[in-house]
Amino acid sequence: MPHFTKPSEGSWTEHYGLGTGPISYEDSISPEHYELERDAIFGRTWLNVGRVEQLPKKGSYFTRELDAARTSIVVVRESDDQLHAFHNICRHRGNKLVWNDFPWEETNGVCRQFTCKYHGWRYNLAGECTFVQQEDEFFDLDKGDYGLAPVRVDVWEGFIFVNLDPAAPPLQEYMGELGAGLAGYPFHQMTQVHRYRSEVKSNWKLYIDAFTEFYHAPVLHAKQAVAEESRKLQAVGYEALAYNIDGPHGMVSSWGGMSPPKDLNMVKPIERVLRSGLFGPWDAPDVGLGELPPALNPARHPAWGMDTFLFFPNFMVLIWKTNWVLTYHYWPTSYNTHIFEGTCYFAPPKNARERLAQEMAVVTFKEYGLQDSNTLEATQTMLESRTVTEFPLNDQEILLRLLHKTAQDYVDDYQGTKRETPVRVTAAS
Amino acid sequence: MATLPAKFADLEEFARWAVPTERARYALRLSSSMDELQAFYDAALPRLEDAMSYLEQYDVDELPEDGQRLLWLFCALVTVSFPVEVWRQPKVPDSGSTALDAIVEPAV
Repeated sequence: MPHFTKPSEGSWTEHYGLGTGPISYEDSISPEHYELERDAIFGRTWLNVGRVEQLPKKGSYFTRELDAARTSIVVVRESDDQLHAFHNICRHRGNKLVWNDFPWEETNGVCRQFTCKYHGWRYNLAGECTFVQQEDEFFDLDKGDYGLAPVRVDVWEGFIFVNLDPAAPPLQEYMGELGAGLAGYPFHQMTQVHRYRSEVKSNWKLYIDAFTEFYHAPVLHAKQAVAEESRKLQAVGYEALAYNIDGPHGMVSSWGGMSPPKDLNMVKPIERVLRSGLFGPWDAPDVGLGELPPALNPARHPAWGMDTFLFFPNFMVLIWKTNWVLTYHYWPTSYNTHIFEGTCYFAPPKNARERLAQEMAVVTFKEYGLQDSNTLEATQTMLESRTVTEFPLNDQEILLRLLHKTAQDYVDDYQGTKRETPVRVTAAS
Repeated sequence: MATLPAKFADLEEFARWAVPTERARYALRLSSSMDELQAFYDAALPRLEDAMSYLEQYDVDELPEDGQRLLWLFCALVTVSFPVEVWRQPKVPDSGSTALDAIVEPAV
């Protein structure tokens, strides 16, 4: 018997017409399929590469290695209201333009212009070529023809996105109903940032699978609660308050029982003193949030604690009732490896008490993340054995069906239309 | 030489835990025995509320040096609380060779 209301069809999965049969994980263990995904998905969708706070002033820049999309980009602020993104390549002989020490490591800083380390060609913040070393030695070279190769860049709620496909729909349209439904959430108030990074030996979709279902939480993370509470949680299992799906994106809405707990004996000793834990600090800071935006707590359930959004392909946003935010990114590096980034955003702490409550939330996230990452390696190796090829998913795993179906749809569409790979665009305007 | 505020002289023997990054604190945890972690936890947990009250007199960005070290020491208490309260071992169980490293964190 469900504790929370399900749609009239009897399940969320049937409500959204995603099929109820077992699924194959061939899409996560095939090198050939991954090569298709690189162009079909990472070459064509809007990818979140940072936040506007990372580019605070004119000339602020950062680079991003987009291995899956076969490029490196540099994103720079030209002025208060103008950002640019470029392929990180010098137009002269193809040297990577912006890097320090190690060419494959991401970097950031502030500059007045970009100067290539190789032959000193220079580009202004708008990407125009402004200086060619010994220009007279070239043959009819017009600097105006040699600006940096541009990449589409746009901003949603302070999150900076790029898209390598000139023909892709605009970002706001791509973010759809779920993106629009978060408009106005005070992300910009949460400037205290902790970011973690891990090289994970699994397909990128497997980690998204792990973080878009909470069916695993009472089992894999059983020891995070005190013993008696853990037994209760496992007996009850997990049920979402609601799911919502719009186009390639989806969300799951969850209860927030531990923030604060009904009974202090339910939580660990240090949590009782710090008033913080897995669900974040129990005391919400004032971030100027009035009524919740429509996409949050869609069931308007009084027990609401946290919503998890998956914006296809690789960007997740977790918004907690106590006014903090977690984001996840998954950057594929091969069919069975990827880089995971988890970022905690809080309102800046006013004092050490708040700072320590945030540290508790961040460290708890890390303890969980370490369990999750290693489990994925165990999953990947056995999926690759192909000794079992079909896997049943329950109703609380609906977002996994959405992810794998959406990813397959993009590949099918790409193979059907065979458009030119967008990253090969070379023209600079 | 005292490195923590005088009021917290009783924690001076654990001052090696007062290091400024999560990565360094986690490395210390992994290189410590459970007896060492337990001893630090047992000494520091009863002082956590006192430390927060003491540090609250300052803006978190304007902590004096000894106050900053006191804050880091209690950040380290958070780091060691998991082995002591949950795992009964320094490392997260079943985490194998997996690492999850802080690449951005607040200055203090």
